[in-house]
Amino acid sequence: MLRFLLKRLAVLIPTFIGVSVIAFSFIRMLPGDPVALLSGERVMSPERHAQISHQLGFDRPIVIQYLDYLWGILRGDFGTSIANKSSVLDQFFQLFPATLELSLCAILIAIILGIPAGIFAAIKRGSFFDQTIMGAALVGYSMPIFWWGLLLIILFSGILQWTPVSGRISLMFFFPSVTGFMLIDSLLSGQQGAFKSAASHLILPAIVLATIPLAVIARQTRSAMLEVLSEDYVRTARAKGLSPFRVVGIHALRNAMIPVITTIGLQVGVLMAGAILTETIFSWPGIGKWMVDSVFKRDYPVIQGGLLIIAGIIMLVNLAVDLLYGLINPRIRH
Amino acid sequence: MLKKLTFAAALLAATALTGVAQAKTFVFCSEASPEGFDPGLYTGGNTFDASAHPVYNRLLEFKKGTTETEPGLAESYEVSDDGLQYTFKLRKGVKFQTTDFFTPTREFNADDVVFSYERQWKADHPWNKYVEGASWEYFAGMGMPELIQNIEKIDDHTVKFTLKAKEAPFLANVAMPFASIMSKEYADKLQADGNMNQLNQKPLGTGPFTFVGYQQDAVIRYKANTDYWGGKQPIDDLVFAITTDAAVRYQKLKAGECHLMPYPNAADVASMKSDPALKVSEQEGLNVAYVAYNTTQAPFDKVEVRKALNMAINKQAIVDAVFQGAATPAKNPIPPTMWSYNEETQDDPYDPDAAKKMLEDAGVSNLSMKLWAMPVARPYMLNARRAAELIQADFDKIGVKAEIVSYEWAEYLDKSKAKDRDGAVMLGWTGDNGDPDNFMHTLLGCDAVGGNNRAQWCNQEFNDLVVKAKQETDQAKRTELYKQAQVVFKREAPWATLDHSLAIVPMRKEVQGFVQSPLGDFTFDGVDLVE
Repeated sequence: MLRFLLKRLAVLIPTFIGVSVIAFSFIRMLPGDPVALLSGERVMSPERHAQISHQLGFDRPIVIQYLDYLWGILRGDFGTSIANKSSVLDQFFQLFPATLELSLCAILIAIILGIPAGIFAAIKRGSFFDQTIMGAALVGYSMPIFWWGLLLIILFSGILQWTPVSGRISLMFFFPSVTGFMLIDSLLSGQQGAFKSAASHLILPAIVLATIPLAVIARQTRSAMLEVLSEDYVRTARAKGLSPFRVVGIHALRNAMIPVITTIGLQVGVLMAGAILTETIFSWPGIGKWMVDSVFKRDYPVIQGGLLIIAGIIMLVNLAVDLLYGLINPRIRH
Repeated sequence: MLKKLTFAAALLAATALTGVAQAKTFVFCSEASPEGFDPGLYTGGNTFDASAHPVYNRLLEFKKGTTETEPGLAESYEVSDDGLQYTFKLRKGVKFQTTDFFTPTREFNADDVVFSYERQWKADHPWNKYVEGASWEYFAGMGMPELIQNIEKIDDHTVKFTLKAKEAPFLANVAMPFASIMSKEYADKLQADGNMNQLNQKPLGTGPFTFVGYQQDAVIRYKANTDYWGGKQPIDDLVFAITTDAAVRYQKLKAGECHLMPYPNAADVASMKSDPALKVSEQEGLNVAYVAYNTTQAPFDKVEVRKALNMAINKQAIVDAVFQGAATPAKNPIPPTMWSYNEETQDDPYDPDAAKKMLEDAGVSNLSMKLWAMPVARPYMLNARRAAELIQADFDKIGVKAEIVSYEWAEYLDKSKAKDRDGAVMLGWTGDNGDPDNFMHTLLGCDAVGGNNRAQWCNQEFNDLVVKAKQETDQAKRTELYKQAQVVFKREAPWATLDHSLAIVPMRKEVQGFVQSPLGDFTFDGVDLVE
């Protein structure tokens, strides 16, 4: 197991360097000069432009800039935002808990609803239930997140007034951030009603963000289950007279779970992408919104630093998924 | 014992909650996160709304709802006869805010003024590079480094600025957010503690509201400054709930989760106006959108050609299609909310037939030209592509073929400056300091050719007027000079002036005392909530 882990980790290093090269070079290929954008319509004199470029180190050869950047990362310095002049890493750690909280809730919703829905759809293949679930999954998968989010806001916040429109907690509550997770911090604050408020703020964005992973997980579970259910050993198990619950829940599910876990692992990337839109529409102060704003400002340090950290997280999650396979199916370790 | 404690805690919580319920809290659904809290470092209006306006004051302030200045931290000022020396008499008894992170031991004085300017001006000042990449964009952009000769503390309540050249707009610059007055005592403390960054994270000034806390990208909290020299605020707490999407801001406003919002979607304005719980305030923004011909290239070097093209453009159609009415067609290069706006000038009438004839008379036929359209939405032009298409169709009616071109934004700004650029460039401007010089000289002066002057238009008569106005300190005389300059502008037509967009501010009915700023600022000094 240790060798397996080390081998996996060894693959991560070149991947990480590759990502850093891509993140560093791609944003520089985009047209747009971050220094000129600092002044907008106001024309900046060439001398001043040169002075600021020099101050930011943009006048050095690109390879030197890259090596300097890499050296910084090795020392844990991801640079300073051009736009707001604060440390990229500090900003990331301030904002990441919000994204993590939202993403965890979303993936939990997607798993808790998606797997049982997929299983039932597979068992009742071709039934009205199956068709409804798969139809809904297709709609969920194809729905533009932005539109879906606004629709939910108008219905639940505007018309029914069941949930707040946006934000992480009611403005009535004000307490210091301890963990960065509003659900936990609200409990720690001891303020009456704070947890309820945090939960009610979380529910709509979590549903919106969960929509695509939920659809994907339900479809994947259904097809994996269908495949496994037609295997010989399942027929044998049935022939042995095992209860349908044991056949489906124990014999079939364990094998069907492998592709499903892969899918769940891959959803981390989807969640990050979805977080960008979800966070924008619900004014959720996370890293998705932060990255989008930075792209518009061509804020190189934030884009490359943010991309690298997010890519690192996705790689680690995938590593964890690989390790999970090993636990579920020991043959994969070899 | 435990029971007793729980009871006490519950009682305390209840008292705290009642306290919260009774306090008047005003919530502003702001459109973006502030870049930081030191207004000298940034250029974003939303940053100034969160820092310069609530927390700080300046020597002079803009009079509410106007672009004129009035005394702020300076009670009065004198200008020397040669127009080079400005002596400010400072207000006495002004206290800096007391917060949980700093307790001031002295009142505001001349040291604070000198500190606030020198940190932006002198490259060797210890605060000049206190954050990485500090470039003091506005201080440089308004030409202050080239303008200031010396800043001198005469005594505790007198400061003298000596300029290198006569510059009347200097007084408007002093009222701009970048010129906010900081506490030198607070800065000294941060420097001694090795914690200079805090100046940009926890602002402390003399303004109407005291900074309480900022949760990044989510909420900024302030409380009324009880020591404010301008008197206590009617509201107790001011909260900025950062809400970037305009449709969501509207939902929050409707749900009563905020009291006032900036920048609504044009499509929502009609329903906002019909909502009995809301009211809508409107004002022409301090902006202009224009199409600048390259007046150095044939055939645009001929006035008649420029005039003919201007007459072919149906501005009302652009206002209707792009702004859904939330703009007014422009005739002058400065907006009507700015002092010295000339009401008398006549706009080129929309008359395609006359335009066609004028072109023929000028000997121009089969004209093909490039029409540049910005790739981004700007406050003065929400959809440049759409506007360009309308103009293209208008030009087509008089036999002029226009090809629409566009580039990435930074590239667009850069390429459009070139003196030998072809065709006509669509662009615009949002005023910085409310001074007409900031439009007339900045955008149309001879110095700006090859830069901000996209028409590459250097007209001696116009230039003499605006340069003279820049050096004149008597506002009545300046007004007259700018009015004359607008007449020359209309006669020579270096631009097709397109529109001034309306700034629309929806708010809840209970909001009282909010005055819309022509500069586009959101200030809540004096705002109240009355049920």
